[in-house]
Amino acid sequence: MSDRLYAATRKGFFTLHRGPSGWNVAKVDFLGQNTNMTLQDPRDGMVYVALDHGHFGTKLHRSSDDGQTWEECAVPQFPPFTEEDQRKQAEAGEFGARRDFSSLKEIWELTPGGADEPGVLWAGTIPGGLFKSTDRGSSWELIRSLWDREERWQWFGGGKDHPGIHSVAVNPRNSRHVTIGISCGGAWATEDGGDTWECRAQGMRAEYMPPDRTGDPNVQDPHRLVQCRANPDALWTQHHNGIFRSTDAGRKWREIENAKPSGFGFAVVVHPHDPETAWFAPAVKDECRVPVDAKMVVTRTRDGGETFEPLTKGLPQSLCYDIVFRHALDIDNTGEQLAMGSSTGSLWTSDNGGESWNCISTHLPPIYATRFGR
Amino acid sequence: MPRVLFTPNLQRHVDCPEVSVEGDTVRLSLDAVFANRPQLRGYVIDEHDRLRKHMVVFVNGQPVKDRTGLSDAVAPDAEIFVMQALSGG
Repeated sequence: MSDRLYAATRKGFFTLHRGPSGWNVAKVDFLGQNTNMTLQDPRDGMVYVALDHGHFGTKLHRSSDDGQTWEECAVPQFPPFTEEDQRKQAEAGEFGARRDFSSLKEIWELTPGGADEPGVLWAGTIPGGLFKSTDRGSSWELIRSLWDREERWQWFGGGKDHPGIHSVAVNPRNSRHVTIGISCGGAWATEDGGDTWECRAQGMRAEYMPPDRTGDPNVQDPHRLVQCRANPDALWTQHHNGIFRSTDAGRKWREIENAKPSGFGFAVVVHPHDPETAWFAPAVKDECRVPVDAKMVVTRTRDGGETFEPLTKGLPQSLCYDIVFRHALDIDNTGEQLAMGSSTGSLWTSDNGGESWNCISTHLPPIYATRFGR
Repeated sequence: MPRVLFTPNLQRHVDCPEVSVEGDTVRLSLDAVFANRPQLRGYVIDEHDRLRKHMVVFVNGQPVKDRTGLSDAVAPDAEIFVMQALSGG
């Protein structure tokens, strides 16, 4: 089991250690600063933290000594907004209007490359760019093959002003096969290391669109997309309009309609060894983003979405208004340990697959991402 | 030589002491600062060499007019002050 847990929050970066008596906050870095994404690379132990300084822009820091010292590294950079871009933006109409696609707003996702690609990192960003680093974040390259797709002009923001890439899943058996999730731009995959891309969101449903476009793959709003390590064809998506599952690497998606108390939410994790088992943190619905009946619930399926169990032991069952953001639910390599952070600063862990939860704190800053260390 | 000063709010993120530099425009003056402190650039200037959206530069107490080209003239005895705008961020 992992004995390191990281929480990227609105007001600092928290490192937790697991000792004989459970998890404790060991230290806080970047106190007072907005940290919104983190990753410990399982291949070399490097810890990355993305910061959003607001006025001063988005930055990325890394540590090779478990947070004792930090070094600022490079951030993704967007190409100039050309006259051709302006023409295409105007043609795209409302979706493309009024948006500045030429500067980095947020590093929304950090994912290590495959085991055979030391130093490779993927970054999903707002506005809607996918970037690759081959040198542990010292430099970044925009994946132009995706950025230059005409379909990009139809992407739009879901909750954010710009579209954004929040999920990057690298096939553990084939590092050239990468699947991404975009709010709102559907799911896309490459099987040739990023040379070509295919939109893979067939079967998803977007209720917020005009009726004749609800099935359009390119306008879907997956909130989070995850891949089972033991069976990379098995994908789960917590979508704006419910839960969707694919068993063929995203070529077709099936809506899972029986999740109680709700199918709405942001976060999903899948068991690393069992593609049938996944966890969700539901809320009422898109226009009422609070737990159902003010009770904190994690839902788990162990049969591929046929049935769901509500897991509540150790979670508040009254007056609870915590929301779990899309990167704030994580699972460790064993599939037994889960960590869940909330919009109102609660942090819970479970070491038995969610059967019961331990509360670490109810008053941390808003938690954007939790990630287990190696 | 113009003097360049940075808001203390920036100092907590990246080292940026007051410095006197050669330069007869805002652009040339700031470039002279960044030549010795390359990491500082990204906190003030975006990836297309424009002033960041929520940053502002004053020359002798007046905000610069050219936020993209930073071509505003700077006299040898000028004081250039770099701070965050009160909007955004």
